[in-house]
Amino acid sequence: MISIRNLTFSRGDRKIFDNISLEIMPHKITAIMGPSGTGKTTLLKLIGGQLKPDSGTILVDQQNVHQLSRSALYKLRKKMGMLFQSGALLTDMSVYDNIAFPIREHTQLPESIIRTLVLLKLNAVGLRGARHLMPNELSGGMARRVAMARALALDPGTIMYDEPFTGQDPISLGVLIKLIQTLNQTLHLTSIVVSHDVQETASIADYIYLISERKIAGQGTPKELYSSKSDWVKQFMHGKSDGPVPFHYPADDFSSDLFAHNSAL
Amino acid sequence: MNFFQLIGQSSLKFLAKLGRSSLFLLSILVALGHTLSRPALLIKQIYSIGALTFWLIAIAGLFVGMVLGLQGVYTLSTFGAESALGIMVAASLVRELGPVVSALLFAGRAGSALTAEIGLMKATEQLSAMEMMAIDPLKYIIAPRFFAGFISLPLLAALFSAIGVFGGYLAGVELLNVDSGAYWSQMQSAIDFHDDIINGIIKSLIFAWLISWIALFEGIDAVPTSAGISRATTRTVVNSAFAILLFDFLLTALMFGTS
Repeated sequence: MISIRNLTFSRGDRKIFDNISLEIMPHKITAIMGPSGTGKTTLLKLIGGQLKPDSGTILVDQQNVHQLSRSALYKLRKKMGMLFQSGALLTDMSVYDNIAFPIREHTQLPESIIRTLVLLKLNAVGLRGARHLMPNELSGGMARRVAMARALALDPGTIMYDEPFTGQDPISLGVLIKLIQTLNQTLHLTSIVVSHDVQETASIADYIYLISERKIAGQGTPKELYSSKSDWVKQFMHGKSDGPVPFHYPADDFSSDLFAHNSAL
Repeated sequence: MNFFQLIGQSSLKFLAKLGRSSLFLLSILVALGHTLSRPALLIKQIYSIGALTFWLIAIAGLFVGMVLGLQGVYTLSTFGAESALGIMVAASLVRELGPVVSALLFAGRAGSALTAEIGLMKATEQLSAMEMMAIDPLKYIIAPRFFAGFISLPLLAALFSAIGVFGGYLAGVELLNVDSGAYWSQMQSAIDFHDDIINGIIKSLIFAWLISWIALFEGIDAVPTSAGISRATTRTVVNSAFAILLFDFLLTALMFGTS
């Protein structure tokens, strides 16, 4: 289980999280959602120990991530896979070598067994036939599936998905949704999906946390959030253009702005 | 902001960057053991940083040597001393032009490529992905490139000087009929192994250290956008050139200033 308690984090003078707490249940798909720029990816980096909070604790398998030594943190990371928004495949390696890379680095397995493992992982994401391609020869959807196979290479218990659905065509989107769900069920993973794609994420998530304005703005199962009484939650879940988050960026009165001196911006 | 505040702020920024880059260098040195235990990583980088720079260095060395040959004959003939052409060409190349010009070319070709590569790896989250795979990018990516630069440049500088000497021979002996025996024998008798060749190698090693350090730090410190990487690449070339010229003066003063 992953437990985040009283987490506060700032970038320079800007506070990203203000004393938030949340629990990620094991073997479930937990979604972290919210508008762009609310710090969803930052939260994943905090869980992975790539960033350090101002205060509060993040416990993964009962270990405080930010009090671990570098070697203990690396040991913990072997149990956590992460799918980056861009895929983050190593561009000078083929698809096959990208997936073999963490296995080669962390195990002493012979190449014949590594080959079997890599082909199994690639088969799970449907790209066994693409193993000879280089990352620049892959479509966006394929790159994410390869990155997913790489994130699974060391058989982690937890996998974090950073915006897995952004910029995908409907077919790739369907494939990714199905993969996240199937892998979570068959491998008994704990999955954290960071996204602002409401429909796709809600269709597979067991539990959702909504983040806005440095706080947890809402939480619950997708069904609970769709029928929430909160105006903000309703606006976000149903994608309404106006509501507590206004359509217009704060500005002076429209008519006086129009008739202002021409040179004034 | 007044003038003094501006100076103060710039100085603080510079000191902070110097501190960060020094810590970065220290962690590279700590990773030396890992680099030596993975020779394949080092060899791959020596190929990409050193071997792929060879033709640039070879062609530049040949032309610099030929120009030295032409200029040397023109100047020395005024005193009837064309036979000293070999000494002039070899001493200029081994002491100064070999280490300095090859370092400037190396900074332009390999240094800028290193910064752009590391900056792009940062921007495309490849370094973060390695961190999350529990693989230290400093050991796997940075340190092998640093030590590959450190090994490659002195070898390239030696090749630059050797090819330059041959270029001087082509221009002076083959083209302008300076005596071949005088060209080689005067060179052999006047060039000192310690004073000329070893000092040239020491210069190259120090330039290699500076360029690799600057290039890799600028890459890792780059703002991860296209404009940020472009600025970092420019800084690598400019700062490396300044560092090479400054250290060349200091080292020359130290090595030859009292002789």
